[in-house]
Amino acid sequence: MLLYLARRVFFGAAVLIGTTIITFCLAFVIPADPAVAMAGAKADPQTLAAIRHQLDLDQPLYIQYAHYVDRALHGDLGRSYVRRESVTHLIASRFPATALLAVTAVLLSLIIGIAMGTVAAAYRGRAVDNTLLVVSLGLVSMPVFWLGTILLIVGGLYLHSFPLGGMTGPLSLVLPAITLALGSAGYYSRILHTNLADAMEQEYVRTARGKGLSATRVIVRHAMANAMLPLVTIAGLDLASMFSGVVLTETVFNWPGIGRLAYEAVFNLDIPLIMGIVLFSAALIVIANLAVDLLYLWLDPRIRLTAIAR
Amino acid sequence: MKSRRINRLEAIGALMVAVLLIVAIFAPQIAPHDPSRAVAATFGDPGAPSLAFPLGTDQLGRDVLSRIIYGARISLIVGVAAMALTMAIGVTIGLASGFFGGSIDFMLMRFTDVMLSLPFLLLAMALVAVLRPSLITILFVIGIVSWTQVARVVRAETLSISERDFVFAAKALGAPARRLIVRHVLPNVLPIIVVMAALGTSGTLLLEAALSFLGLGVPPPAPSWGRMVAEGTMYFRTAPWLATSAGLAIFYAVLGFNLLGYGALQRRAR
Repeated sequence: MLLYLARRVFFGAAVLIGTTIITFCLAFVIPADPAVAMAGAKADPQTLAAIRHQLDLDQPLYIQYAHYVDRALHGDLGRSYVRRESVTHLIASRFPATALLAVTAVLLSLIIGIAMGTVAAAYRGRAVDNTLLVVSLGLVSMPVFWLGTILLIVGGLYLHSFPLGGMTGPLSLVLPAITLALGSAGYYSRILHTNLADAMEQEYVRTARGKGLSATRVIVRHAMANAMLPLVTIAGLDLASMFSGVVLTETVFNWPGIGRLAYEAVFNLDIPLIMGIVLFSAALIVIANLAVDLLYLWLDPRIRLTAIAR
Repeated sequence: MKSRRINRLEAIGALMVAVLLIVAIFAPQIAPHDPSRAVAATFGDPGAPSLAFPLGTDQLGRDVLSRIIYGARISLIVGVAAMALTMAIGVTIGLASGFFGGSIDFMLMRFTDVMLSLPFLLLAMALVAVLRPSLITILFVIGIVSWTQVARVVRAETLSISERDFVFAAKALGAPARRLIVRHVLPNVLPIIVVMAALGTSGTLLLEAALSFLGLGVPPPAPSWGRMVAEGTMYFRTAPWLATSAGLAIFYAVLGFNLLGYGALQRRAR
Protein backbone atom coordinates (compact mmCIF):
# COMPACT_ATOMS: atom_id res chain seq x y z
CA MET A 1 0.00 0.00 0.00
CA LEU A 2 2.68 2.48 1.03
CA LEU A 3 4.76 1.36 -1.89
CA TYR A 4 1.83 2.03 -4.19
CA LEU A 5 1.44 5.53 -2.80
CA ALA A 6 5.17 6.17 -3.05
CA ARG A 7 5.10 5.11 -6.70
CA ARG A 8 2.19 7.45 -7.38
CA VAL A 9 3.91 10.40 -5.74
CA PHE A 10 7.12 9.60 -7.60
CA PHE A 11 5.32 9.54 -10.96
CA GLY A 12 3.60 12.81 -10.13
CA ALA A 13 6.93 14.42 -9.33
CA ALA A 14 8.44 13.05 -12.56
CA VAL A 15 5.60 14.55 -14.59
CA LEU A 16 6.12 17.89 -12.88
CA ILE A 17 9.83 17.83 -13.71
CA GLY A 18 8.84 17.16 -17.31
CA THR A 19 6.53 20.16 -17.33
CA THR A 20 9.24 22.43 -15.93
CA ILE A 21 11.46 21.39 -18.84
CA ILE A 22 8.70 22.25 -21.30
CA THR A 23 7.85 25.60 -19.72
CA PHE A 24 11.57 26.38 -19.58
CA CYS A 25 11.86 25.59 -23.30
CA LEU A 26 8.85 27.82 -23.95
CA ALA A 27 10.92 30.81 -22.91
CA PHE A 28 13.48 29.96 -25.57
CA VAL A 29 11.01 29.49 -28.41
CA ILE A 30 9.98 33.07 -27.84
CA PRO A 31 12.13 35.30 -30.01
CA ALA A 32 11.75 38.44 -27.88
CA ASP A 33 14.79 39.32 -25.75
CA PRO A 34 13.61 39.45 -22.13
CA ALA A 35 16.11 42.16 -21.28
CA VAL A 36 14.79 44.37 -24.08
CA ALA A 37 11.23 43.54 -23.03
CA MET A 38 11.97 44.77 -19.52
CA ALA A 39 14.12 47.80 -20.22
CA GLY A 40 12.51 48.98 -23.43
CA ALA A 41 13.92 49.22 -26.95
CA LYS A 42 16.02 52.32 -26.25
CA ALA A 43 17.96 50.94 -23.28
CA ASP A 44 21.75 51.28 -23.40
CA PRO A 45 23.98 48.18 -23.57
CA GLN A 46 25.09 48.47 -19.93
CA THR A 47 21.53 48.35 -18.64
CA LEU A 48 20.75 45.38 -20.87
CA ALA A 49 23.86 43.56 -19.66
CA ALA A 50 22.91 44.31 -16.05
CA ILE A 51 19.40 42.93 -16.55
CA ARG A 52 20.74 39.86 -18.34
CA HIS A 53 23.05 39.26 -15.44
CA GLN A 54 20.24 39.76 -12.95
CA LEU A 55 18.08 37.23 -14.87
CA ASP A 56 20.94 34.71 -15.17
CA LEU A 57 20.75 35.06 -18.96
CA ASP A 58 24.56 35.16 -19.16
CA GLN A 59 24.82 31.73 -17.54
CA PRO A 60 24.87 28.39 -19.36
CA LEU A 61 21.43 26.83 -20.01
CA TYR A 62 21.63 24.04 -17.43
CA ILE A 63 22.49 26.52 -14.68
CA GLN A 64 19.60 28.74 -15.76
CA TYR A 65 17.33 25.71 -15.61
CA ALA A 66 18.62 24.68 -12.18
CA HIS A 67 18.03 28.19 -10.87
CA TYR A 68 14.56 28.23 -12.42
CA VAL A 69 13.56 24.96 -10.73
CA ASP A 70 15.14 26.03 -7.45
CA ARG A 71 13.19 29.31 -7.47
CA ALA A 72 9.97 27.56 -8.51
CA LEU A 73 10.35 25.16 -5.59
CA HIS A 74 10.59 28.15 -3.30
CA GLY A 75 7.40 29.58 -4.74
CA ASP A 76 9.19 32.20 -6.83
CA LEU A 77 7.98 32.11 -10.43
CA GLY A 78 9.70 35.32 -11.49
CA ARG A 79 8.33 38.76 -12.19
CA SER A 80 5.85 39.72 -14.86
CA TYR A 81 7.56 41.85 -17.53
CA VAL A 82 4.48 43.92 -18.13
CA ARG A 83 2.83 44.18 -14.74
CA ARG A 84 6.12 44.37 -12.81
CA GLU A 85 4.66 42.19 -10.10
CA SER A 86 5.58 38.79 -8.73
CA VAL A 87 3.99 36.04 -10.85
CA THR A 88 3.21 33.98 -7.76
CA HIS A 89 1.40 36.92 -6.28
CA LEU A 90 -0.57 37.58 -9.48
CA ILE A 91 -1.66 33.94 -9.71
CA ALA A 92 -2.59 33.82 -6.03
CA SER A 93 -4.69 36.97 -6.31
CA ARG A 94 -6.62 35.64 -9.33
CA PHE A 95 -6.97 32.06 -8.15
CA PRO A 96 -10.02 32.44 -5.85
CA ALA A 97 -12.21 33.80 -8.67
CA THR A 98 -11.28 30.92 -10.97
CA ALA A 99 -11.64 28.35 -8.21
CA LEU A 100 -15.13 29.60 -7.40
CA LEU A 101 -16.17 29.44 -11.04
CA ALA A 102 -14.58 26.03 -11.66
CA VAL A 103 -15.97 24.35 -8.54
CA THR A 104 -19.47 25.69 -9.22
CA ALA A 105 -19.27 24.57 -12.83
CA VAL A 106 -18.05 21.06 -12.00
CA LEU A 107 -20.78 20.57 -9.39
CA LEU A 108 -23.40 21.86 -11.80
CA SER A 109 -22.16 19.66 -14.63
CA LEU A 110 -22.12 16.62 -12.35
CA ILE A 111 -25.73 17.24 -11.33
CA ILE A 112 -26.91 17.72 -14.92
CA GLY A 113 -24.72 14.93 -16.28
CA ILE A 114 -25.74 12.37 -13.65
CA ALA A 115 -29.41 13.23 -14.08
CA MET A 116 -29.23 12.91 -17.86
CA GLY A 117 -27.14 9.75 -17.79
CA THR A 118 -29.36 8.01 -15.25
CA VAL A 119 -32.60 8.84 -17.01
CA ALA A 120 -31.13 7.76 -20.34
CA ALA A 121 -30.01 4.44 -18.85
CA ALA A 122 -33.39 3.86 -17.20
CA TYR A 123 -35.14 4.31 -20.55
CA ARG A 124 -32.52 2.45 -22.49
CA GLY A 125 -33.23 2.01 -26.20
CA ARG A 126 -36.37 4.11 -26.07
CA ALA A 127 -37.14 7.56 -27.45
CA VAL A 128 -36.04 9.34 -24.24
CA ASP A 129 -32.66 7.63 -24.40
CA ASN A 130 -32.10 8.57 -28.04
CA THR A 131 -33.17 12.16 -27.48
CA LEU A 132 -30.82 12.52 -24.51
CA LEU A 133 -28.01 11.02 -26.56
CA VAL A 134 -28.44 13.64 -29.26
CA VAL A 135 -28.81 16.41 -26.65
CA SER A 136 -25.61 15.38 -24.91
CA LEU A 137 -23.70 15.23 -28.21
CA GLY A 138 -25.11 18.68 -28.96
CA LEU A 139 -23.83 20.02 -25.63
CA VAL A 140 -20.39 18.56 -26.28
CA SER A 141 -20.29 20.12 -29.76
CA MET A 142 -21.14 23.63 -28.61
CA PRO A 143 -18.27 26.13 -28.81
CA VAL A 144 -17.92 27.48 -25.23
CA PHE A 145 -17.31 31.06 -26.30
CA TRP A 146 -20.41 31.03 -28.49
CA LEU A 147 -22.63 29.51 -25.81
CA GLY A 148 -21.36 32.17 -23.40
CA THR A 149 -22.08 34.93 -25.89
CA ILE A 150 -25.60 33.68 -26.53
CA LEU A 151 -26.33 33.37 -22.79
CA LEU A 152 -25.00 36.87 -22.32
CA ILE A 153 -27.25 38.23 -25.09
CA VAL A 154 -30.36 36.44 -23.84
CA GLY A 155 -29.85 36.69 -20.07
CA GLY A 156 -28.15 40.06 -19.90
CA LEU A 157 -29.47 42.08 -22.83
CA TYR A 158 -32.98 40.81 -23.43
CA LEU A 159 -34.09 39.55 -20.02
CA HIS A 160 -32.00 42.04 -18.02
CA SER A 161 -31.78 39.32 -15.35
CA PHE A 162 -28.02 38.99 -15.21
CA PRO A 163 -25.10 41.42 -15.23
CA LEU A 164 -23.24 41.81 -18.53
CA GLY A 165 -20.03 40.27 -17.28
CA GLY A 166 -17.61 40.96 -14.46
CA MET A 167 -17.69 39.53 -10.95
CA THR A 168 -20.23 41.61 -9.09
CA GLY A 169 -22.20 39.23 -6.91
CA PRO A 170 -23.79 35.81 -6.73
CA LEU A 171 -25.92 36.56 -9.79
CA SER A 172 -22.86 37.24 -11.94
CA LEU A 173 -21.67 33.67 -11.32
CA VAL A 174 -24.74 32.04 -12.88
CA LEU A 175 -24.13 32.51 -16.61
CA PRO A 176 -20.38 31.75 -16.65
CA ALA A 177 -20.94 28.65 -14.53
CA ILE A 178 -23.66 27.38 -16.87
CA THR A 179 -21.46 28.11 -19.88
CA LEU A 180 -18.60 26.15 -18.43
CA ALA A 181 -20.79 23.34 -17.10
CA LEU A 182 -22.94 22.39 -20.10
CA GLY A 183 -20.16 20.94 -22.25
CA SER A 184 -18.86 18.71 -19.44
CA ALA A 185 -22.41 17.77 -18.48
CA GLY A 186 -22.96 16.29 -21.94
CA TYR A 187 -19.69 14.42 -21.65
CA TYR A 188 -20.43 13.08 -18.15
CA SER A 189 -23.88 11.91 -19.16
CA ARG A 190 -22.38 9.90 -22.06
CA ILE A 191 -19.80 8.27 -19.81
CA LEU A 192 -22.29 7.48 -17.06
CA HIS A 193 -24.72 6.09 -19.63
CA THR A 194 -22.09 3.74 -21.07
CA ASN A 195 -20.95 2.60 -17.63
CA LEU A 196 -24.49 2.09 -16.39
CA ALA A 197 -25.31 0.08 -19.49
CA ASP A 198 -22.29 -2.14 -18.75
CA ALA A 199 -23.17 -2.45 -15.08
CA MET A 200 -26.75 -3.39 -15.93
CA GLU A 201 -25.48 -6.48 -17.75
CA GLN A 202 -23.68 -7.74 -14.65
CA GLU A 203 -24.85 -10.68 -12.60
CA TYR A 204 -25.39 -8.78 -9.36
CA VAL A 205 -27.68 -6.29 -11.07
CA ARG A 206 -29.67 -9.13 -12.61
CA THR A 207 -29.95 -10.68 -9.16
CA ALA A 208 -31.25 -7.42 -7.77
CA ARG A 209 -33.74 -7.22 -10.61
CA GLY A 210 -34.71 -10.84 -9.94
CA LYS A 211 -35.45 -9.99 -6.33
CA GLY A 212 -38.20 -7.81 -7.74
CA LEU A 213 -36.59 -4.41 -7.11
CA SER A 214 -37.76 -1.57 -9.32
CA ALA A 215 -35.54 -0.35 -12.17
CA THR A 216 -34.93 2.99 -10.47
CA ARG A 217 -33.87 1.34 -7.23
CA VAL A 218 -31.56 -1.06 -9.03
CA ILE A 219 -29.90 1.77 -10.89
CA VAL A 220 -29.55 4.08 -7.92
CA ARG A 221 -28.52 1.53 -5.30
CA HIS A 222 -26.66 -1.10 -7.26
CA ALA A 223 -25.50 -0.19 -10.73
CA MET A 224 -24.59 3.40 -9.87
CA ALA A 225 -21.97 2.43 -7.31
CA ASN A 226 -19.78 0.93 -10.03
CA ALA A 227 -20.73 3.29 -12.80
CA MET A 228 -19.78 6.37 -10.80
CA LEU A 229 -16.13 5.43 -10.35
CA PRO A 230 -14.81 6.54 -13.74
CA LEU A 231 -16.89 9.69 -13.40
CA VAL A 232 -15.05 10.57 -10.20
CA THR A 233 -11.74 10.38 -12.03
CA ILE A 234 -12.88 12.50 -14.89
CA ALA A 235 -14.60 15.11 -12.75
CA GLY A 236 -11.51 15.38 -10.54
CA LEU A 237 -9.26 15.92 -13.52
CA ASP A 238 -11.76 18.29 -15.08
CA LEU A 239 -11.74 20.41 -11.97
CA ALA A 240 -8.00 20.77 -12.29
CA SER A 241 -7.98 21.37 -16.02
CA MET A 242 -10.85 23.83 -15.71
CA PHE A 243 -8.61 26.02 -13.60
CA SER A 244 -6.58 26.58 -16.72
CA GLY A 245 -9.22 25.95 -19.37
CA VAL A 246 -11.54 28.73 -18.31
CA VAL A 247 -9.70 31.13 -20.60
CA LEU A 248 -12.62 31.35 -23.05
CA THR A 249 -15.39 31.65 -20.49
CA GLU A 250 -13.49 34.22 -18.47
CA THR A 251 -12.75 36.21 -21.61
CA VAL A 252 -16.40 36.26 -22.68
CA PHE A 253 -17.69 37.19 -19.23
CA ASN A 254 -14.80 39.42 -18.23
CA TRP A 255 -14.33 37.23 -15.15
CA PRO A 256 -11.26 38.34 -13.15
CA GLY A 257 -9.62 34.92 -12.87
CA ILE A 258 -6.50 33.12 -14.04
CA GLY A 259 -7.96 32.51 -17.50
CA ARG A 260 -8.16 36.22 -18.25
CA LEU A 261 -4.73 36.71 -16.74
CA ALA A 262 -3.40 34.05 -19.12
CA TYR A 263 -5.15 35.67 -22.07
CA GLU A 264 -3.53 39.02 -21.28
CA ALA A 265 -0.16 37.36 -20.68
CA VAL A 266 -0.26 35.71 -24.12
CA PHE A 267 -1.09 38.97 -25.87
CA ASN A 268 1.64 40.86 -24.04
CA LEU A 269 4.09 37.98 -24.62
CA ASP A 270 4.70 38.22 -20.89
CA ILE A 271 6.89 35.12 -20.73
CA PRO A 272 7.34 34.65 -16.95
CA LEU A 273 3.60 34.98 -16.45
CA ILE A 274 2.80 32.47 -19.23
CA MET A 275 5.39 30.03 -17.84
CA GLY A 276 4.04 30.52 -14.33
CA ILE A 277 0.43 29.87 -15.25
CA VAL A 278 1.29 26.81 -17.36
CA LEU A 279 3.37 25.36 -14.55
CA PHE A 280 0.75 26.20 -11.93
CA SER A 281 -2.06 24.47 -13.80
CA ALA A 282 0.15 21.46 -14.58
CA ALA A 283 0.84 21.18 -10.85
CA LEU A 284 -2.88 21.33 -10.15
CA ILE A 285 -3.52 18.50 -12.61
CA VAL A 286 -0.77 16.35 -11.09
CA ILE A 287 -2.18 16.94 -7.60
CA ALA A 288 -5.71 16.17 -8.82
CA ASN A 289 -4.41 12.94 -10.36
CA LEU A 290 -2.95 11.91 -7.03
CA ALA A 291 -6.11 12.87 -5.17
CA VAL A 292 -8.19 10.80 -7.57
CA ASP A 293 -5.90 7.80 -7.07
CA LEU A 294 -6.35 8.10 -3.32
CA LEU A 295 -10.09 8.50 -3.66
CA TYR A 296 -10.16 5.34 -5.75
CA LEU A 297 -8.39 3.39 -3.05
CA TRP A 298 -11.05 4.46 -0.64
CA LEU A 299 -14.02 3.95 -2.98
CA ASP A 300 -13.15 0.64 -4.54
CA PRO A 301 -11.90 -2.19 -2.30
CA ARG A 302 -10.79 -4.21 -5.34
CA ILE A 303 -8.23 -1.57 -6.24
CA ARG A 304 -7.09 -1.45 -2.63
CA LEU A 305 -6.39 -5.19 -2.75
CA THR A 306 -4.38 -5.10 -5.97
CA ALA A 307 -2.50 -2.09 -4.67
CA ILE A 308 -1.49 -3.98 -1.57
CA ALA A 309 -0.58 -7.03 -3.59
CA ARG A 310 1.81 -5.00 -5.72
CA MET B 1 -20.80 -8.73 -31.68
CA LYS B 2 -19.88 -6.03 -34.14
CA SER B 3 -22.59 -5.03 -36.49
CA ARG B 4 -21.47 -3.88 -39.91
CA ARG B 5 -24.60 -1.89 -40.48
CA ILE B 6 -24.26 1.84 -40.24
CA ASN B 7 -26.49 3.20 -37.49
CA ARG B 8 -28.64 6.28 -37.60
CA LEU B 9 -26.20 8.54 -35.76
CA GLU B 10 -23.45 7.71 -38.21
CA ALA B 11 -25.74 8.25 -41.17
CA ILE B 12 -26.84 11.70 -39.96
CA GLY B 13 -23.25 12.62 -39.12
CA ALA B 14 -21.99 11.45 -42.51
CA LEU B 15 -24.70 13.45 -44.24
CA MET B 16 -23.84 16.59 -42.24
CA VAL B 17 -20.14 16.22 -43.00
CA ALA B 18 -20.87 15.58 -46.68
CA VAL B 19 -22.93 18.78 -46.91
CA LEU B 20 -20.10 20.66 -45.21
CA LEU B 21 -17.59 19.25 -47.69
CA ILE B 22 -19.74 20.18 -50.66
CA VAL B 23 -20.22 23.72 -49.35
CA ALA B 24 -16.48 24.11 -48.78
CA ILE B 25 -15.48 22.72 -52.18
CA PHE B 26 -18.07 24.60 -54.21
CA ALA B 27 -17.95 27.80 -52.15
CA PRO B 28 -17.35 30.05 -55.21
CA GLN B 29 -20.39 28.57 -56.96
CA ILE B 30 -22.67 28.58 -53.91
CA ALA B 31 -21.80 31.90 -52.28
CA PRO B 32 -24.00 34.72 -53.59
CA HIS B 33 -21.30 37.38 -53.08
CA ASP B 34 -17.57 37.91 -52.72
CA PRO B 35 -16.86 37.19 -49.01
CA SER B 36 -14.14 39.80 -48.57
CA ARG B 37 -15.72 42.68 -50.50
CA ALA B 38 -18.16 45.30 -49.29
CA VAL B 39 -21.31 44.59 -51.27
CA ALA B 40 -23.87 46.57 -49.29
CA ALA B 41 -23.95 50.26 -48.50
CA THR B 42 -22.98 50.67 -44.87
CA PHE B 43 -22.34 53.48 -42.45
CA GLY B 44 -20.22 51.38 -40.15
CA ASP B 45 -23.21 49.42 -38.93
CA PRO B 46 -24.17 45.83 -39.76
CA GLY B 47 -27.15 45.45 -42.10
CA ALA B 48 -30.23 43.45 -41.12
CA PRO B 49 -31.10 40.21 -42.95
CA SER B 50 -32.98 40.82 -46.20
CA LEU B 51 -33.82 38.99 -49.42
CA ALA B 52 -30.56 40.03 -51.03
CA PHE B 53 -28.52 39.18 -47.91
CA PRO B 54 -30.31 36.35 -46.07
CA LEU B 55 -28.02 36.56 -43.01
CA GLY B 56 -27.46 40.30 -43.19
CA THR B 57 -24.20 42.11 -43.72
CA ASP B 58 -21.40 42.87 -41.28
CA GLN B 59 -20.00 46.21 -40.15
CA LEU B 60 -17.93 46.48 -43.35
CA GLY B 61 -20.89 45.75 -45.60
CA ARG B 62 -19.78 42.19 -46.42
CA ASP B 63 -22.36 39.46 -46.98
CA VAL B 64 -22.48 37.24 -43.88
CA LEU B 65 -23.85 34.17 -45.68
CA SER B 66 -21.01 34.25 -48.22
CA ARG B 67 -18.48 34.66 -45.42
CA ILE B 68 -19.90 31.66 -43.58
CA ILE B 69 -19.79 29.58 -46.78
CA TYR B 70 -16.15 30.50 -47.41
CA GLY B 71 -15.42 30.05 -43.70
CA ALA B 72 -16.17 26.35 -44.14
CA ARG B 73 -13.00 26.14 -46.25
CA ILE B 74 -10.71 27.54 -43.56
CA SER B 75 -12.33 25.46 -40.84
CA LEU B 76 -12.13 22.23 -42.81
CA ILE B 77 -8.59 22.80 -44.07
CA VAL B 78 -7.29 23.58 -40.58
CA GLY B 79 -9.49 20.98 -38.88
CA VAL B 80 -8.64 18.10 -41.19
CA ALA B 81 -4.94 18.91 -41.63
CA ALA B 82 -4.48 19.37 -37.88
CA MET B 83 -6.33 16.11 -37.30
CA ALA B 84 -4.02 14.35 -39.77
CA LEU B 85 -1.00 15.66 -37.89
CA THR B 86 -2.58 14.72 -34.56
CA MET B 87 -3.21 11.20 -35.81
CA ALA B 88 0.28 10.86 -37.29
CA ILE B 89 1.90 11.74 -33.96
CA GLY B 90 -0.62 9.93 -31.77
CA VAL B 91 -0.69 6.72 -33.80
CA THR B 92 3.11 6.54 -34.06
CA ILE B 93 3.58 7.02 -30.33
CA GLY B 94 0.69 4.71 -29.44
CA LEU B 95 1.85 1.92 -31.77
CA ALA B 96 5.47 2.12 -30.68
CA SER B 97 4.49 2.24 -27.03
CA GLY B 98 2.02 -0.65 -27.19
CA PHE B 99 4.08 -2.86 -29.50
CA PHE B 100 7.57 -2.55 -28.03
CA GLY B 101 6.53 -2.15 -24.39
CA GLY B 102 9.26 -2.03 -21.76
CA SER B 103 11.36 1.08 -21.44
CA ILE B 104 10.17 2.55 -24.77
CA ASP B 105 6.61 2.31 -23.53
CA PHE B 106 7.57 3.78 -20.17
CA MET B 107 9.36 6.79 -21.67
CA LEU B 108 6.69 7.53 -24.26
CA MET B 109 3.84 7.26 -21.79
CA ARG B 110 5.54 9.49 -19.23
CA PHE B 111 6.05 12.02 -22.02
CA THR B 112 2.33 11.68 -22.84
CA ASP B 113 1.51 12.23 -19.15
CA VAL B 114 3.53 15.43 -19.18
CA MET B 115 1.76 16.68 -22.29
CA LEU B 116 -1.63 15.69 -20.81
CA SER B 117 -0.98 17.70 -17.68
CA LEU B 118 -0.24 20.87 -19.65
CA PRO B 119 -3.19 23.20 -20.30
CA PHE B 120 -3.52 22.61 -24.04
CA LEU B 121 -5.48 25.74 -24.96
CA LEU B 122 -3.04 27.96 -23.11
CA LEU B 123 -0.08 26.17 -24.67
CA ALA B 124 -1.62 26.54 -28.12
CA MET B 125 -2.32 30.23 -27.50
CA ALA B 126 1.22 30.89 -26.35
CA LEU B 127 2.78 29.00 -29.27
CA VAL B 128 0.57 30.67 -31.89
CA ALA B 129 1.19 34.11 -30.39
CA VAL B 130 4.94 33.53 -30.48
CA LEU B 131 5.13 31.97 -33.94
CA ARG B 132 2.66 34.53 -35.39
CA PRO B 133 -0.76 33.29 -36.55
CA SER B 134 -0.87 31.77 -40.03
CA LEU B 135 -2.59 28.76 -41.56
CA ILE B 136 0.55 26.63 -41.17
CA THR B 137 1.40 27.65 -37.59
CA ILE B 138 -2.16 27.11 -36.43
CA LEU B 139 -2.55 23.61 -37.79
CA PHE B 140 0.95 22.72 -36.64
CA VAL B 141 0.28 23.95 -33.10
CA ILE B 142 -3.14 22.26 -32.89
CA GLY B 143 -1.50 19.04 -34.07
CA ILE B 144 1.23 19.06 -31.44
CA VAL B 145 -1.06 19.83 -28.51
CA SER B 146 -3.88 17.39 -29.23
CA TRP B 147 -2.34 13.96 -29.94
CA THR B 148 -2.23 12.66 -26.35
CA GLN B 149 -5.66 11.03 -26.24
CA VAL B 150 -5.05 9.30 -29.58
CA ALA B 151 -1.74 7.93 -28.35
CA ARG B 152 -3.37 6.45 -25.25
CA VAL B 153 -6.23 4.79 -27.09
CA VAL B 154 -4.00 3.41 -29.86
CA ARG B 155 -1.56 2.09 -27.26
CA ALA B 156 -4.33 0.24 -25.40
CA GLU B 157 -5.64 -1.26 -28.64
CA THR B 158 -2.13 -2.23 -29.80
CA LEU B 159 -1.43 -3.91 -26.47
CA SER B 160 -4.45 -6.16 -26.77
CA ILE B 161 -3.79 -7.00 -30.42
CA SER B 162 -0.09 -7.73 -29.87
CA GLU B 163 -1.18 -10.48 -27.47
CA ARG B 164 -3.21 -12.31 -30.12
CA ASP B 165 -2.13 -15.65 -31.52
CA PHE B 166 -1.71 -14.52 -35.10
CA VAL B 167 0.83 -11.92 -34.02
CA PHE B 168 2.73 -14.54 -31.99
CA ALA B 169 2.59 -16.86 -34.98
CA ALA B 170 4.01 -14.22 -37.30
CA LYS B 171 6.70 -13.46 -34.73
CA ALA B 172 7.57 -17.13 -34.47
CA LEU B 173 7.96 -17.26 -38.24
CA GLY B 174 10.65 -14.62 -37.85
CA ALA B 175 8.82 -11.58 -39.19
CA PRO B 176 10.71 -8.36 -38.41
CA ALA B 177 9.11 -5.74 -36.15
CA ARG B 178 8.37 -3.43 -39.05
CA ARG B 179 6.44 -6.12 -40.87
CA LEU B 180 4.62 -7.18 -37.72
CA ILE B 181 3.46 -3.63 -37.08
CA VAL B 182 2.55 -2.74 -40.66
CA ARG B 183 1.00 -6.04 -41.75
CA HIS B 184 -0.53 -7.42 -38.58
CA VAL B 185 -1.05 -4.83 -35.87
CA LEU B 186 -1.89 -1.68 -37.83
CA PRO B 187 -4.74 -3.16 -39.92
CA ASN B 188 -6.43 -4.29 -36.69
CA VAL B 189 -5.92 -0.97 -34.95
CA LEU B 190 -7.24 0.88 -38.00
CA PRO B 191 -10.97 0.82 -37.08
CA ILE B 192 -10.36 2.61 -33.78
CA ILE B 193 -8.04 5.04 -35.58
CA VAL B 194 -10.85 5.96 -37.95
CA VAL B 195 -13.21 6.57 -35.03
CA MET B 196 -10.59 8.66 -33.26
CA ALA B 197 -10.06 10.64 -36.46
CA ALA B 198 -13.73 11.59 -36.66
CA LEU B 199 -13.91 12.54 -32.98
CA GLY B 200 -10.50 14.22 -33.26
CA THR B 201 -11.67 16.44 -36.10
CA SER B 202 -14.46 17.82 -33.92
CA GLY B 203 -11.79 18.64 -31.34
CA THR B 204 -9.45 20.34 -33.81
CA LEU B 205 -12.36 22.31 -35.30
CA LEU B 206 -13.30 23.59 -31.84
CA LEU B 207 -9.70 24.46 -31.02
CA GLU B 208 -9.29 26.34 -34.30
CA ALA B 209 -12.53 28.23 -33.65
CA ALA B 210 -11.40 29.06 -30.10
CA LEU B 211 -8.03 30.34 -31.27
CA SER B 212 -9.59 32.45 -33.96
CA PHE B 213 -12.18 33.76 -31.48
CA LEU B 214 -9.29 34.90 -29.29
CA GLY B 215 -7.72 36.69 -32.25
CA LEU B 216 -5.11 33.99 -32.87
CA GLY B 217 -6.71 32.45 -35.94
CA VAL B 218 -5.97 32.57 -39.65
CA PRO B 219 -5.41 36.30 -40.26
CA PRO B 220 -7.98 38.44 -42.11
CA PRO B 221 -9.33 38.93 -44.73
CA ALA B 222 -9.84 35.14 -44.87
CA PRO B 223 -13.27 34.60 -43.29
CA SER B 224 -13.03 32.39 -40.22
CA TRP B 225 -16.02 31.44 -38.06
CA GLY B 226 -14.39 31.99 -34.68
CA ARG B 227 -13.34 35.53 -35.54
CA MET B 228 -16.80 36.24 -36.96
CA VAL B 229 -18.28 35.34 -33.55
CA ALA B 230 -15.75 37.62 -31.84
CA GLU B 231 -16.53 40.51 -34.20
CA GLY B 232 -20.23 39.83 -33.85
CA THR B 233 -20.12 40.18 -30.06
CA MET B 234 -19.15 43.83 -30.52
CA TYR B 235 -22.47 44.39 -32.26
CA PHE B 236 -24.67 41.99 -30.35
CA ARG B 237 -26.84 44.82 -29.09
CA THR B 238 -27.83 45.89 -32.58
CA ALA B 239 -26.99 42.88 -34.75
CA PRO B 240 -27.31 39.60 -32.83
CA TRP B 241 -27.41 37.61 -36.09
CA LEU B 242 -23.69 38.15 -36.69
CA ALA B 243 -22.46 36.15 -33.70
CA THR B 244 -25.37 33.71 -33.80
CA SER B 245 -24.99 32.57 -37.41
CA ALA B 246 -21.22 32.08 -37.30
CA GLY B 247 -21.52 30.15 -34.03
CA LEU B 248 -24.20 27.93 -35.52
CA ALA B 249 -21.84 27.11 -38.37
CA ILE B 250 -19.15 25.95 -35.90
CA PHE B 251 -21.73 24.00 -33.92
CA TYR B 252 -23.00 22.30 -37.10
CA ALA B 253 -19.53 21.23 -38.24
CA VAL B 254 -18.45 19.95 -34.82
CA LEU B 255 -21.73 18.12 -34.26
CA GLY B 256 -21.45 16.44 -37.67
CA PHE B 257 -18.05 14.94 -36.86
CA ASN B 258 -19.12 14.03 -33.33
CA LEU B 259 -22.20 12.16 -34.57
CA LEU B 260 -20.08 10.34 -37.13
CA GLY B 261 -17.45 9.33 -34.59
CA TYR B 262 -19.80 8.53 -31.75
CA GLY B 263 -22.07 6.50 -34.01
CA ALA B 264 -19.10 4.43 -35.14
CA LEU B 265 -18.01 3.97 -31.54
CA GLN B 266 -21.48 2.77 -30.59
CA ARG B 267 -21.51 0.31 -33.47
CA ARG B 268 -18.15 -1.11 -32.34
CA ALA B 269 -19.40 -1.49 -28.78
CA ARG B 270 -22.45 -3.52 -29.77
